Formats: sequence, C-alpha cells, structure tokens
Amino acid sequence: MAAPPTAIEQHVSSEPDVAANVVVFENVSIAFEDKPVLDGISFRLAKGETKAVFGVAGSGKSTILKLALGLLKPDDGHIYVLGDDVTQMREEELFSLRQKIGMVFQESALFDSLTVRENVAFRLLEEGNVSEEEVEKPVREALSFVELEDTVDKFPSELSGGMRRRVAIARAIITHPEILLYDSPTGGLDPVTSTTIIQLIVKQRDVYKTSSLLVTHRLQDAFIMATHYFDRKANEMRPLPPGARGEVPMAFLILRDGKVIFDGDVHELAQSKDEYIREYIS
Amino acid sequence: MELISPTEFAKETVQSIQDYSLLAGRSVANLFRPPHYLADMIQQADLIGFGSLPIIVLTGLSIGAELALNSANTLQRFGSLSLIGQLVSVGMVRELGPIITGLMVAGRNASGMASELGSMVVTEQIDAMRALGTDPMKKLVTPRVVSTTFMLFFLTIISDLLGLFGGSVVSTLLFGMDWRQYWNTAYQILVFQDVFMGLLKPLFFGFIIATVGCYYGMTARGGTQGVGRATTQAVVASSVLILVVDLFTTKLLMAVFAYQ
Repeated sequence: MAAPPTAIEQHVSSEPDVAANVVVFENVSIAFEDKPVLDGISFRLAKGETKAVFGVAGSGKSTILKLALGLLKPDDGHIYVLGDDVTQMREEELFSLRQKIGMVFQESALFDSLTVRENVAFRLLEEGNVSEEEVEKPVREALSFVELEDTVDKFPSELSGGMRRRVAIARAIITHPEILLYDSPTGGLDPVTSTTIIQLIVKQRDVYKTSSLLVTHRLQDAFIMATHYFDRKANEMRPLPPGARGEVPMAFLILRDGKVIFDGDVHELAQSKDEYIREYIS
Repeated sequence: MELISPTEFAKETVQSIQDYSLLAGRSVANLFRPPHYLADMIQQADLIGFGSLPIIVLTGLSIGAELALNSANTLQRFGSLSLIGQLVSVGMVRELGPIITGLMVAGRNASGMASELGSMVVTEQIDAMRALGTDPMKKLVTPRVVSTTFMLFFLTIISDLLGLFGGSVVSTLLFGMDWRQYWNTAYQILVFQDVFMGLLKPLFFGFIIATVGCYYGMTARGGTQGVGRATTQAVVASSVLILVVDLFTTKLLMAVFAYQ
C-alpha cells in the first residue's frame, strides 16, 4: 500500500512573477459540502508551458481549472491569472479576463442549439462590432486547425464525441487566447482520436506557444506530449530526437488527497522515489 | 425520502429567496448595462408571444363563453339577462383575462425556460458561456424577462377581447340576446380602473413567470432528473405566485382607486 501523501515543498512568494508565470496558485483550498477537495495547494504555470494535472477521480483536477477561470471561488488562498487576482474580482470584472483564456470542457459543452459555425464564432460575435461575414474567415481557420472544415453547418448532435471535442478546441482557440485550459480532452475517446486531440494540443503548444493547463487521467497522453514536438513543415507531431527529451515546455503536477505531491518535468517524474508516484506511473 | 432539520430547511428557504431576489434584481439592472441582446429579445418574444397565441386564443374564447353560459341561467331567473355583457366584460378584463393568460403562459413558458436553462446548466453550457466571457444573466435571463413581460401584456388584451367575443357568441346564439346590446353594455360598464387593473397585472405576472422559470433553470442540479424537478417546480411556483400576487394587487388597487 502506498504511503500517505507528503506535500512537496512550495516556493511561492507573496508577489507572483507575472511576466514569467501566467497562472499562480497560492495556498488554495476549497471544500464541497464540508469535504475538502483542495487543501492549500500552490503551483505555477510558466509562460509558454503546458502543465499536465493528474490525480484520481475526485482529486480536484477539474476544480483547479474552474478556479483558474473564476467559475468557482476558493475558500482560502489566492489565484493570479495574467497578473490579476481572480479571487478578489467580481463576476463582471472576470468576463474581460476570461476573454484572454480558452477552455475545453470535459464533455465539450458546445451550445446544442447552435451550429458548429455559431459555436466557434460565439466569442467573436459576442465581442461585437463584427458581422457574420467577417467571422467566416477566422471560423474557417479555427476549423481548419482541427481539420473539421466540412462540419461548419452541422449541429453538435450530428457529430461524434471526438469531433465535438475538436470543435470545442476550435472554439477555445479562435481568438488566440493567452492561456488554454483542457479538461480531460481525450476522456472516453478511442486511441486514434485521442492521438489526434493530443497532436492538436502539441501543435497549439509548439506553434502558438500558448500556456496550457491540461487535466487528464491518461498518463500516456502526457508522456506523448513530453516526448514529441510539432513539425511545422511536415504538419505533424514527431518524436523528439534521442537525447533531446525534456526540450519541450512540458511539466507534470500530481494531486493526492487535496495536496500537490509532485510538480516537475518528465525527468524528475521518472526519477521520483515516491512510492505512490511510482505506482501511479507504472 | 431524506428528512432535513427545520433549521436546515429555514436556511435553504432563506437562501432560495435571496438567490431568487438577486436574479430578479439583476435581470432588471441588466437593462441599464451593455451589452443589450436585442436579437435574443425578439427571438424570445416570438417564441413566448406568438408561440403562446394558439392556447391563448383557445382559452380566451372558452373562458368567455363558459362565463356567459354559467351566468346566463342565474341572470335569467332574475330577468336580468341583459346584464350578461357587463358581467363577462368586467370578469374578463379585471380578473379572468390576466389570470388565465398568466397561468397558461406559466404552464407553457416557465416550464420551457426551466428545462432549457436547466439542461444548459447540467451539460456545462452555462459554465462554457461564462468561460467565453459572456454573462448568462444578460444573454439568457434578461431577454426572457423583458420578452415575457412585454408579450404577456398583449396576450392578455387578445385574451380579453376573445373572451368577450366568446361570451357574445353564447349570448346571442343560445340566449337570443341582441349582439349590439351585448357589446354596448360590455363596453359601457368598463371604467378606467378596470382597464388599468387588468393591464397592470400581466406586467407583474410576466415578470414572475420569466424570473421563476429562469431561477429554477439556473439552479437545476442533478442531471436529467434535476431538470425535470426544476421544470415542475417552476410551473408550480410561478402559478402559486401569480395567484398570490393577483390577490394582493387586486386588493391594493381597489384601495388605491377606492372602488369595489
């Protein structure tokens, strides 16, 4: 049986380095119905980095994303996103901050009464001063990025689970946000579709250098991301050359019983002596 | 069934009232804060107003006809059949028109709003909307409140007129009353206070229907079962609230206008 969790030592100063870190969690705690889910967690997401968040079901992975977006308020602690303390902001103020962040929900959360075009264009149309004709080009570009241009007039109910996930990615990236939050983007998908989604996330990371938090159950997805890069010329994901591992901006964060028990890169993860982590990655 | 303590029940009730009041207040305050979703308001007005027209036509006609039918026998006994136009007119304009229209629209639209918004909540579409930088209160709630309040006003007028028409058909065809006499008495009995009362109520009822429907939708929890529960609660709560508000509004306006 694995040993009880030991929270890793946190090095978070009172003044977050906004230039280098786009997301900073400082001693964040939250409980649902008196059951603690996150218990004083701290971590940072560096600019341009993709951080994969792991943990068993109910460990608070998705809660981290909702907290970062201000959809939930923590019971304690501070969360800085692009320099703003979202824990101190009112809902009205959060809307402008959220326009700089893209989120891909676990079940896609596409608006089922809108077509793919309207879903993807939603943010542009909401920002106003643009006609439906003007949004056509960016919509086509975003759908071309996820290779779903031919679905533009379909409704979400007419798409497969993997296609819905890709439309959700297109909707999240259309305004080229500074941060992307992925909530189990490959959950419940077959291996081939999962690899397609992972390739899109790697493409977004390596081509647009977008900082991302990726919540996932699938360790193999994060290992693929840590060991592959996106080749622009070939327009596909390729393995890093031997000896170049760790060259991509990819980090891992593991939660256990509401604490962060690991925060580091793939090398540190592979060398970890923690019994629970060894068991988790085996 | 799980039993909860009276303290917990009281807390939950106060919390619900507070949440409902905040939603209702914000739905009005949003009228003065951009952005304004005019296209959504027009779309909702079409769905709520024109969509409700068939049932309003049907119920307005039936209620007016039934009112005439039921009261005609009694009036005949006293030789006062000529008063039937007055009775239908005052009954429809002051009370039955607004309340029947309110209850029918509550049954049709409060349930529709609760189920639509509730489904959006449980499938994370509301969270997605917030994540995309759009305020669901402005985009979804305020247009429904404005449209329902606006359209219920006109639906009530239609219902009143059709009720009077239904009454006239029964009076003339079944009781041999003169068509012109019916309409003359129906028109002449009405005073400003009757019309004012009859047209003020739908504004309150429309507001109640939309805010209650949206409140239960936005607070739906627990998957499809939760959406079903929210839908039922929205219809029950809005109908009860309409009846209670109707009673107090009638009493208040009678006191204000000092008439019986």
